[in-house]
Amino acid sequence: MKRSIKYVLLILLIAIIGTVFTGCKKDTDTLNVYNWGDYIAPEVIEEFEKEYGIKVNYSTFDTNEDMYVKVKSGGNSYDVLFPSDYIIEKMIKEDMLLKLDMNNIPNYKNIDEKFKNLDFDPDNEYSVPYMWGTLGIIYNKNAVTDKIDSWDALWNEKYSGQILMLNSQRDSIAISLKRLGYSMNSTDKDELEKAKEELIKQKPLVYAYVGDEVKDLMIGEEADIGVVWSGDAVYMMGENENLDYVVPKEGSNLWFDNMVIPSTSKHKKEAELFINFMCRPDIALKNTEYIGYSTPNKETFKLLSEEMKNNDVAYPKAESLKNCEIFNDLGEFTKEYSRIWTEILAQ
Amino acid sequence: MKQLKWLSYPYIFWMILFIIVPLILVFIFSFTTGDIRLNGDFQFSIENFQRFFDPLYLKVLGKSVNLALKSTIICLLLGYPMAMIISRENIKKRNVMILLFVVPMWMNFLLRTYAWMTLLGKNGVLNFLIKKLGFTPLNFIYNDNAVLLGMVYNFLPFMVLPIYSVLIKMDRSLIEAAEDLGANKVKVFLKIIFPLSLPGVVSGFTMVFMPALSTFVISRLLGGGQYMLIGNLIEQQFLWTGDWHFGSAISIIMMAFILIGMAITSKFDKEKEGGGLW
Amino acid sequence: MSKFLKKIYTILIFIFLYAPIVVLIVFSFNNSKSRGSWNGFTLKWYIELFKNEEIMKALYYTIIIAVLSAIISTIIGTFAAIGIYNMNYLSKKVALNINYLPVLNPDIVTAVSLMTLYRFMNIQLGFLSMLLSHITFCIPYVILSVLPKLKQLNRHLAEAAMDLGATPFYALRKVIIPEIMPGIVTGALMAFTLSIDDFVISFFNTGSGVTNLSITVYSMARRGIKPEINALSSLMFLTVLVLLLIINKRTTKDLEKRGDIA
Repeated sequence: MKRSIKYVLLILLIAIIGTVFTGCKKDTDTLNVYNWGDYIAPEVIEEFEKEYGIKVNYSTFDTNEDMYVKVKSGGNSYDVLFPSDYIIEKMIKEDMLLKLDMNNIPNYKNIDEKFKNLDFDPDNEYSVPYMWGTLGIIYNKNAVTDKIDSWDALWNEKYSGQILMLNSQRDSIAISLKRLGYSMNSTDKDELEKAKEELIKQKPLVYAYVGDEVKDLMIGEEADIGVVWSGDAVYMMGENENLDYVVPKEGSNLWFDNMVIPSTSKHKKEAELFINFMCRPDIALKNTEYIGYSTPNKETFKLLSEEMKNNDVAYPKAESLKNCEIFNDLGEFTKEYSRIWTEILAQ
Repeated sequence: MKQLKWLSYPYIFWMILFIIVPLILVFIFSFTTGDIRLNGDFQFSIENFQRFFDPLYLKVLGKSVNLALKSTIICLLLGYPMAMIISRENIKKRNVMILLFVVPMWMNFLLRTYAWMTLLGKNGVLNFLIKKLGFTPLNFIYNDNAVLLGMVYNFLPFMVLPIYSVLIKMDRSLIEAAEDLGANKVKVFLKIIFPLSLPGVVSGFTMVFMPALSTFVISRLLGGGQYMLIGNLIEQQFLWTGDWHFGSAISIIMMAFILIGMAITSKFDKEKEGGGLW
Repeated sequence: MSKFLKKIYTILIFIFLYAPIVVLIVFSFNNSKSRGSWNGFTLKWYIELFKNEEIMKALYYTIIIAVLSAIISTIIGTFAAIGIYNMNYLSKKVALNINYLPVLNPDIVTAVSLMTLYRFMNIQLGFLSMLLSHITFCIPYVILSVLPKLKQLNRHLAEAAMDLGATPFYALRKVIIPEIMPGIVTGALMAFTLSIDDFVISFFNTGSGVTNLSITVYSMARRGIKPEINALSSLMFLTVLVLLLIINKRTTKDLEKRGDIA
């Protein structure tokens, strides 16, 4: 008996030392990176770790909203985030971001001018572009024979049980608003109400409201038509040649995901180092090739294959974007969007 | 041995800190409003509870209760005969069967649910078999039935085990006496077996109903994101919308639901066997 | 006839229970990414599994947390059970009822309440918060498996020891603990298994890149079906099976002694 007590004490001791050890390891030289799921080439993180001797603690989120709440509610210390335009606008307004020192991010010069100084961060004081793209419809050419050029296709009863929508309130409501000819930044309750009605009408036709699983479902031909972001479309079309992507004529969402440093970060220097690393042409190339999204990095663009440079999905011509809008932060009105989305899902 | 009372003090401290204080915090949250930064700027209000009585949220509650009830009833209909069959076996066979019943339950809950995604998917195993047999593939996943199936699968053992443990203790001479007196099988079941097994049924009922009501994983994975059940609503409030106050209010309502239910059923279930398995 | 029906029914129910698990195990050896067809036997998913850093990291945290929380909750829980057992009627009743709360409360309520606590105490969500949460939900089960053993224990034994000059601590070590050891071990195994299995509480109370297997499976399942998960399931199933057989052997032995089977 005595022996077993000693044994237990020993294990406990090891355990405590272990916890202390893992606890310590955390504070020195680890960089907490919080990114979208499937949104980086895995080897890039390893390369960064090797090159700078900084450990990266990488975790992922599903939607902008869920990232925002996590950061806002505290209880964590992320160092680099990858939010989209409207959330950046909101975070700047709420004083949640640190100003970047561009002297530490010399590779910022590689970013194409047209992605700089956009409305959500007018002087790029807080953010550095990472990827950009559009929102559109992906469909299987074998199953969908009509010409797809409008959001209406997602309301077509012919495709009942074959439609995939995004499980993201802002995007799905935007689609409904656009289809009705309204702005996707609408703060008009009547317009929203109509958009909601349409989405409720659509619900019986929808196969599922999905996130990243859309890729497998479309590639595996489990659904015929769905809503995706352009970069995912590039990846999916590479995997299954029956798929095609279109930005509907009513217009869609043009979005930009940028890298930012939240004000709670304790490793600003390292975070800037990381952001700079991500803007290095060869690294940005690895990312864009791996995840399929479009790079705002002009040096990287030069390195792309001719085929990719001319890819209309990833790098669309200006005229196909003429009806597209960028999301704005809606402030308090966001609550109305959440409410509507709950209402749709609760049907 | 009274001298050993102090041994519980560390745990009493732990209980207060990690069980009571958190619940008090949730309680306080549910009766206040404020911003997610929790900068202490709380205002007392019953707004969160009033908000829950909006038809929208009542609908969510209704749907959750509906699905949970349905799955509980299916579990009862499937589980009762099973419990009876097992309880009639000899002791050795009985133990093996119960063990076999328990084994899948101890496998990771996520993996069990995930397994059904593999089976039910459009290109899944079931449809593969159906195609092989020459029929057209069916749509199994991302609907009510898939969610129900997931619930029944995950919670069936919770129904079988308590019923079984009551049946096994039942005095067989009662049944024999009734049979001797000329009661037929149906009558014996209705008049003797079922009433005597009621405590097990009640505790099985709560043990299935409770997790079925609060799940958010099954509805998310098998329901294809088109379900907003009460568990999903709590998840949404805490993780997406960031309204911890409203989320707390829903949690309190759900907790009240379940604890009241428990209190009622504990009258039947004196042995408190419930809950020990999850 | 009715015997035949019973057999069929039993078989059907067991097929229902085991089909998904069997499918996962079989498909973990399938030489194709797709779920619908069989392309020959392979072990590559097991190799992929061990190469997958995300899963390996999660496995590491799962095991560390399960071991730590099993040890800590067993120690605290065993002492607590002995202490509670020796309380007077009223405090015993109160303590046991509070102890039941995490068992009876829906996981999600326990999860959000702990999350609120950490937020309030300014504890960063991560390894520590996950460990503390696991200990919290494991202790009640340890107590529930130790208490019955204490009830079986002959009260006079410890008292006799103390009358003969043993200090309470000595009596505890030499008399009480050896007697209730089976309950303690069962409790520890239970805590270990519960910790490995937990999803909901971990999901809400982790952060900074610390995840466990359940969380990883959840996020992978939403990204699509990955054959590595099948391989993982098979391994976990095997582990749990072995653990459970050990627990079961202990409890049935024990229950047979007492003459009832719960």
